[in-house]
Amino acid sequence: MAQITLDNLAHSYLPNPRGEEDYALKQLDHVWGDGEAYALLGASGCGKSTLLNIISGLLVPSRGRILFGDRDVTREDTVARNIAQVFQFPVVYDTMSVGDNLAFPLRNRGMDPAYIAARVQKIASMIGMEEMLKRKARGLTADAKQKISLGRGMVREDVNAILFDEPLTVIDPHMKWELRTQLKALHNEFGHTMIYVTHDQTEALTFADKVVVMHDGRVVQLGTPEELFDTPEHTFVGYFIGSPGMNLIEAEVSGNTAHCAGHAIPLGGSYKPLKGRVQIGIRPEFVALASGDEGLPVTIRRVEDVGRHQILRAEFAGKPVNAILPEGMSVPADSNRLKFRPERISVYVDDWRVTPLHAVSNPQREAV
Amino acid sequence: MDKIQNNKAWFLVLPVLVLVAFSAVIPLMTVVNYSVQDTFGNNVFFWEGLTWFQDVLTSRQVHSALGRQLMFSGIILAIQIPLGILIALCMPKRGVWASVCLVLMALPLLIPWNVVGTIWQILGRTDIGALGYTLNSLGINWNYSRNPVHAWIIVVTMDVWHWTSLVALLAYAGLQSIPQAYYQAAKIDQASRWKVFRYIELPKMQGVLLIAILLRFMDSFMIYTEPFVVTGGGPGTATSFLSIDLVKMALGQFDLGPAAAFSIMYFLVILLVSWVFYTVMTNLDKAEGR
Repeated sequence: MAQITLDNLAHSYLPNPRGEEDYALKQLDHVWGDGEAYALLGASGCGKSTLLNIISGLLVPSRGRILFGDRDVTREDTVARNIAQVFQFPVVYDTMSVGDNLAFPLRNRGMDPAYIAARVQKIASMIGMEEMLKRKARGLTADAKQKISLGRGMVREDVNAILFDEPLTVIDPHMKWELRTQLKALHNEFGHTMIYVTHDQTEALTFADKVVVMHDGRVVQLGTPEELFDTPEHTFVGYFIGSPGMNLIEAEVSGNTAHCAGHAIPLGGSYKPLKGRVQIGIRPEFVALASGDEGLPVTIRRVEDVGRHQILRAEFAGKPVNAILPEGMSVPADSNRLKFRPERISVYVDDWRVTPLHAVSNPQREAV
Repeated sequence: MDKIQNNKAWFLVLPVLVLVAFSAVIPLMTVVNYSVQDTFGNNVFFWEGLTWFQDVLTSRQVHSALGRQLMFSGIILAIQIPLGILIALCMPKRGVWASVCLVLMALPLLIPWNVVGTIWQILGRTDIGALGYTLNSLGINWNYSRNPVHAWIIVVTMDVWHWTSLVALLAYAGLQSIPQAYYQAAKIDQASRWKVFRYIELPKMQGVLLIAILLRFMDSFMIYTEPFVVTGGGPGTATSFLSIDLVKMALGQFDLGPAAAFSIMYFLVILLVSWVFYTVMTNLDKAEGR
């Protein structure tokens, strides 16, 4: 087990990358702590699988270094790195039994048979396949096969890290929850460094200690789920995380007030004069109905009852604005104003968050 | 929509029926006809029952031809299948060279049988053939028209040259269909090259290899043109395979009755072996899945 350092890392699939846009993975400098569970979150094609393959050694980066602890492993292959990886689609050895499949990585390393048998038993009970150890892997259902793949990924105890590339895509929803819980338990028990790639925010937020949000080949934010929720550093993090995502409204900011289409909105801090495309962002959780002259005039489109709360869909200056209202709260027919909690409003210039001059109640971090 | 019932529609099938009758059923029935009768010409036939079948079944000549035939099929399967797999494994997976290899591999398959025979017949000659001449000048007393072993070597080599490509192309197609994730997973599991072959590539190729074995068995079991052109079945009867014997019997000696009986049994044997082979392989497949 080791801490993983990405030093000045970048990758392009083209042999001679020219500009920034040729890179599938733009410059990365990160240190990933030993024994932590990370989730790599992002939409399809954002470079998360590329990053994962670079860490596992299936891909050599065009630029930069990877260090496990103090050891530079950039040029080392997967075997030397001693990494386990689980892929999006199940990979099982059809002609082997389930038990042989689980034992395969251990046998390849010439482990003691008694140890292998014990280890296989343990993993089998974890993935709930003790009854099937003798059965051939061929002809099993996709989720059974994926469980075997997961088991094979976890059977080695001495790995530096376990990487998961959207491993639960083919698994039934109820099984997903169960397996994720087991992965989490396994992480707590053995303390492996785990990196989990997903495009599902629920999966990322429940699994990981730290979430790495990627967008367009770049890591836009690395933080705990709370940090991603409270202070999204990039508009992408704002609207990608949360359901519905953050409301973003074009604005002009002067001092501690934002002006949106002629309406003043108080902010939680004051800002220096800003250049570029300025937006304010507020999570629907911090938007409430207002009455009288308070707040922003909007056109309410509809209210969706999703059980634990209601989602109010409205429109301001032609752009959607959402609010989350408590369960059972009735929305008066004539309501047409929404107010934002000032200390929860973030200000973005060209998609990146700007720190106010005077810090407010929430922990603020340096804008990038 | 109402379905219109009109039995006259059956007439639409008539052209196909006529075609199949002329192309397959009637010629086959002629053979059946000859196999149970005898004739001295003038279209006068005598009923013989199963006499011809008994004759053929007890004929030592047919027995030894069958033995040679089985040996030939066995040898070429034992060479072509592993060799084809090996070539497929060595072929580049993508890029310009993959296409070049595919075209090169396909070339022998496009050459007509008798041309292949002629090529090797000339190649093996000691006077004007590159192969025969070279062997002779290396001090090997090469003579495929006198030495049965040499005759076998040249016939087998020719078939390997002609048909290994087919196995290689089929195996290559099987290999290409394996998702990259399997190789990556094997790498991560630290599997050796042999284990990758044994547990990933071979199982994934099983389907196409089954077809390759079946095709090569049937084809080699029916081989006629190439050995006929190269050795004419000789020296002696050393390379007289079933079909060569059959043609000698039917056209050489004009024994139409025994030849017809021989044909029918030949056909049935191929059908039977193929069927048994196919059933066994598919059942193995199912049993494993259980």
